[in-house]
Amino acid sequence: MILTNLENVPGKKTVEHFGLVSGSTVRAKHIGKDIAAGLKNIVGGELRGYTELLQEARHESVGRMMKEAERMGANAVVNIRFATSSVTQGASELFIYGTAVRVE
Amino acid sequence: MESLINLGVFVFLLALGYLAGHAAEKKHYASIIAREKETLNLPAVTIRHVEDEEMVESAWLVSGSVCVGLDYFKMVLANLRKIFGGRVGAYETLVDRARREATLRMKKQAAGADIVLNTRYETSSIGQNAGGKNAVGAVEVLAYGTAVIYKK
Repeated sequence: MILTNLENVPGKKTVEHFGLVSGSTVRAKHIGKDIAAGLKNIVGGELRGYTELLQEARHESVGRMMKEAERMGANAVVNIRFATSSVTQGASELFIYGTAVRVE
Repeated sequence: MESLINLGVFVFLLALGYLAGHAAEKKHYASIIAREKETLNLPAVTIRHVEDEEMVESAWLVSGSVCVGLDYFKMVLANLRKIFGGRVGAYETLVDRARREATLRMKKQAAGADIVLNTRYETSSIGQNAGGKNAVGAVEVLAYGTAVIYKK
């Protein structure tokens, strides 16, 4: 499956549009990570636990979107956008959406 | 006596935050500048139009993200700043570091490509709750774009 955030897959002709596909996941961090982050906040710097957590979650969102596109019979998703929102205390939603297409 | 201990802890955290945070930031900036020089041959642009589509060999989505937190000293400084208003330098450098680091990580995923097109940034504050209280002063930056290899 080809993923791009351009309007098409460059160099390939789009033969069919399937419409919007999206994937999302809501993740909460566990309390241990929160405490570790609180301690890290004294000295500053990268909060590796959070970075990994969010990357993992985003990866899952992408996977869900790809699965949906596959079900439609697409072989590429174009014009992809990411969105992040914190829905509730300590949890954030990672949302990804795009247009499923079939290219040659 | 108790208030004296509290004050002592506060001053200790402040000093620790200042020293460790300052050193960490300096080190991070040095590493960012060095890696930016290394990746100069792979430009990340916001252009989304491909000049000659026939010349494109392959294209794929790349992304890089990082979550960076403030140190205690800067957090206190930023909170003081909120009383008087104006530029909050502590947060400016924090976000700058996060964006540049995210860009570098994105470029790392795009290794071997000629260019990264349609680069976009997503910033979200971590620990900033709907309730208002900021548990952790941190930001997460995501950079993403489409890496393209041209036919030689």
